[in-house]
Amino acid sequence: MNNFLSAPARVIRFYYDGFRNMSLWGRKVWIIIIIKLIIIFVVLKVFFFPDFLRKNYNNDKQRSEYILNQLTNSPDIYD
Amino acid sequence: MIENVDLALVDWSRAQFALTAMYHWIFVPLTLGLSFIIAIMETIYVRTGKAEWKRLTRFWMTLFGINFAIGVATGIILEFEFGTNWSNYSWFVGDIFGAPLAIEGILAFFLESTFVAVMFFGWNKVNKKFHLTSTWLVAIGANLSALWILVANAWMQNPVGMTFNPETARNEMINFWAVLFNPVAVDKFLHTITSGFLLASMFVLGISSWFLLKKREEWFAKRSILIAAVFGLLSSLTVAFTGDMSARTLADVQPMKFAAFEAHYKGKQNAGLTAFGILKDSDEKIGNKTIKEFIFRIEIPGFLSVMTGGNKDTYVPGITNLVNGDLQGAQILSVIEKMGRGKIARETLNDYKRARMMDDKVQVENILVFMRSKEFMEEYFRYFGYAFLKSPEDAVPDVSIAFYTFHLMVMLGFLFILIFILALIFVFRDTFLKNRWFLWIAMFSIPLAYIASESGWVLAEMGRQPWIIQDLMPVSAAVSQISAGSVMTTFILFAVLFTALLIAEVSIMVKQIKTGPNH
Repeated sequence: MNNFLSAPARVIRFYYDGFRNMSLWGRKVWIIIIIKLIIIFVVLKVFFFPDFLRKNYNNDKQRSEYILNQLTNSPDIYD
Repeated sequence: MIENVDLALVDWSRAQFALTAMYHWIFVPLTLGLSFIIAIMETIYVRTGKAEWKRLTRFWMTLFGINFAIGVATGIILEFEFGTNWSNYSWFVGDIFGAPLAIEGILAFFLESTFVAVMFFGWNKVNKKFHLTSTWLVAIGANLSALWILVANAWMQNPVGMTFNPETARNEMINFWAVLFNPVAVDKFLHTITSGFLLASMFVLGISSWFLLKKREEWFAKRSILIAAVFGLLSSLTVAFTGDMSARTLADVQPMKFAAFEAHYKGKQNAGLTAFGILKDSDEKIGNKTIKEFIFRIEIPGFLSVMTGGNKDTYVPGITNLVNGDLQGAQILSVIEKMGRGKIARETLNDYKRARMMDDKVQVENILVFMRSKEFMEEYFRYFGYAFLKSPEDAVPDVSIAFYTFHLMVMLGFLFILIFILALIFVFRDTFLKNRWFLWIAMFSIPLAYIASESGWVLAEMGRQPWIIQDLMPVSAAVSQISAGSVMTTFILFAVLFTALLIAEVSIMVKQIKTGPNH
């Protein structure tokens, strides 16, 4: 039981020590990673990249109807 | 509706995707190749026990870490773009894209990210063999990630293993193995990862050359060059071989792209391969598209026929033949014929839609039976995208872009083979310091490796235009009905974000390189 409990603790300790003793370049890239992830997932995804079909249609039936119309309504797209 | 599609929207959506993908690709090939080079170096360290090899491994691992960290998640943005800018495509493509990407996420990404931590935090904390195993698993995981992305891309070049479900307006995977072992996927995977190995080898060779030019770290630089030259030469020869395999496959599944990258307009037997050429507009046209002709051309007689069919008698159809027919017995339909079949497929889909709206259950069932038949899928739906073309020449990509990117990539490929051979000669003769010109060439070849790698992708994606999915969906039918202005705004945002990331990567990397392996 002790061994079972100590395994996750050892993993946590491993990561803790790793981050704690990280080199200067390591710290710099982690700052960049965090800023980048915030920009990508909080700013870009939320404000600039909504899922078009999820935003405009409530269910898959409506979405498939819409796409079916998109695919069949036009004689040719370059007109 | 598609007839109201704004071509500015299509162009901005394409430009944004190209920008994101090309920036993303700056980071990826170095990760693919450098991970294996590090694994080889660490293997030597574990086998010899020499501390110098550990120091060498850790230096390149640092540069790998910087590149990996800056590049991570840049590919996620491409998935955002699918949902926002390319919703017609995203829906139509169904689970074909979802399955490989999900496998990539679950299997390869977790394998990669778990063992990256051991690679960087595990020195002196885990035993040598476990650390070495982790390094190899990172390399294998990174390349497995690429496999699934490339499988998805290959399906767009050669859609196989699926059927179209008119009830959901989506494609559904019916044969996973056909998708995985799609001939385009196999060629693309091998060609792409080995080109990543080549790029990373050039990176190691170029930076090591800088150390020699600066008269610093001679032992470290020469050992790094030895590994890079051997790995790079093997990789570059494999790149040439897999490139040849890719070209043969393209001649079969994407004959228009194949003809475009050779600017091959008139089909013939004993067709020559252009080793080098300069194009100009001729007075002739195919529809409204001007035919290109050579101002200057160095040709290898008969080699294009040999490449495609194994002998000089093989007929290689040209762009004009592919558009108008007149294929001299080649088993390829003309664009005009494909347009006719595509229109039948779309009219059938339209009939199905109307019958469903009128709740005519018998008619719906009859049409569904026909649409699910092998005949409909193979003879008509296969050319569904051609129904959207206004005129046959719309199926012709930009020949100049395809031609120049292909020839630039190939010429640089041969230059790299020469550079790696020379590097090996200078390593074994130990004459690097007497040949400083070579060190300068090696250093300035790093950006050339990136140019060759990006050119390959430009050829792959621009060469298959107008398709987003070959023969099934043109890019113009794939975009979401959003404003071009919003796509332009995010294009500018990405340009700023990615440029900032690139500057950050280069500046941190340059600082670490200047610090050297002693740090």
